[in-house]
Amino acid sequence: MSSDQLTRRGLLQGSAVLAAAAPTLSAAAPTPKTSGANAMMPVELTVNGREVHLQLDPRTSLLDALREHLHLTGTKKGCDHGQCGACTVIVEGRRINSCLTLAVMHDGEKVTTIEGLGTPDHLHAMQKAFIVHDGYQCGYCTPGQICSAVSVLEEIEAGIPSHVTADLNDVAISDAELRERMSGNICRCAAYPNIIAAMRDVAGEAKA
Amino acid sequence: MRPFTYERATDVAAAARAAGSVQGARFIAGGTNLLDLMKLQIETPTHLIDVNHLGLDRIEKTDDGGLRIGALVRNTDLAADKAVRRDYGVLSRALLAGASGQLRNKATTGGNLLQRTRCPYFYDTRMPCNKRKAGSGCGAMQGMSRSLAILGVSDACIAQHPSDMAVAMRLLDAQVDTMGADGVARAIPIADFHLLPGDTPHKETALKAGEIITSVTLPKPIGGTHVYRKVRDRASYAFALVSVAAVFDKDGSARFAFGGIGAKPWRTPTVDAAAKHGAKAVAEAALSGARTTHHNDFKKLLVERTLTSLYRQREARA
Repeated sequence: MSSDQLTRRGLLQGSAVLAAAAPTLSAAAPTPKTSGANAMMPVELTVNGREVHLQLDPRTSLLDALREHLHLTGTKKGCDHGQCGACTVIVEGRRINSCLTLAVMHDGEKVTTIEGLGTPDHLHAMQKAFIVHDGYQCGYCTPGQICSAVSVLEEIEAGIPSHVTADLNDVAISDAELRERMSGNICRCAAYPNIIAAMRDVAGEAKA
Repeated sequence: MRPFTYERATDVAAAARAAGSVQGARFIAGGTNLLDLMKLQIETPTHLIDVNHLGLDRIEKTDDGGLRIGALVRNTDLAADKAVRRDYGVLSRALLAGASGQLRNKATTGGNLLQRTRCPYFYDTRMPCNKRKAGSGCGAMQGMSRSLAILGVSDACIAQHPSDMAVAMRLLDAQVDTMGADGVARAIPIADFHLLPGDTPHKETALKAGEIITSVTLPKPIGGTHVYRKVRDRASYAFALVSVAAVFDKDGSARFAFGGIGAKPWRTPTVDAAAKHGAKAVAEAALSGARTTHHNDFKKLLVERTLTSLYRQREARA
């Protein structure tokens, strides 16, 4: 590969292969093993409409399965402790932190990542709106923000109340509602006002 | 994360039996607290029993007009349930005040009750912590203790119970339904479910080895106006410094439970008698026996002011 063919994604995939080799090194460390521990387990997922079959160490988080094993590097690892939301994906129709769940726990389930919401040629309405409203700067948190934003509008549509809902039985879109519901997604560039604008745009479109 | 074996349980009794017989086994449901702690090797189970497929995810009426909530009902679903919104508003409010949308989608009713009572020193493995390692000491008492508990604390531990949901459950006199490793079912009043730290801060609940939560049952609705007020450093997605769960009746009587200040979800039923005398009287009664540090002494005033705010809001609406 000549240097002008080098892409960030290609480099990441290359490093994923290196990362996959790393457990061999740590396995040599004197960690007491239980019988059967470290045995690989079969995991079947439907990711973005595609069925995939993996053999995974049970410790593999859903996030690492997506990034390191399926090379879907759109979903990001931020804090790896469920605090930042960069790893947000949609599992069986619900947004979750993919870092705080094991891939084996989702055997047989459907996962949608940022790559499954839209493609560069056919963007999801929320992806379009983030571009139009400048809903990011560095872009690292953006895939998680967008997956979360898509789910938030569905949650409001389904009548699920939030902490700022005045009447638990009357759920409607407002800036305060969107801010509260997006609090699990941190943006260090502080693109928050533009993210809210993008979400309101999509919500308006959906209603028109 | 330390290595572990994994199994997916399909039967409650078998899951309890397995958990009781395999050394180092733990149940995993939402996993949002357990996996967090496993990554830091604070929790090091050698075997995980995935209970997500036990079918304990229904909310149903009980014969005496109460509500039985399956242990695996997700926080989002419980908060949004029509009967809970209508009859147990304080529970909806408490759930919605906790964590983030992503976490509430995953976290379960049983798991919420079993999240670790924890403080920053419990998380920091370079520091001593009697809860993490018995007899190692407490980093918090001479350290940063601003967020920590002032009621029910001991010389060994001053960590505060972090749950919002459990405070509402405590207010509503919920009972925790379990099945033991021996297949025997029992019901534990929530007042007895969480333990005070005493000399054994690592023991946080009344559950025995292998015992699994199957449901949480609420008594029949008590009516009244339900409120949950949470005061925290951020407007969203932060633990409570102080929270108050309350149900007010038309005649001025009320019941109260507190979060953020207790070593467990905090309720002293005798405090309710002060309701008619106003916020200051309730705060005084509730804080009897409080033991504070230099850093968290402000919580006493914050309890009084939070109650004052609730009373004023109530007067404004009357």
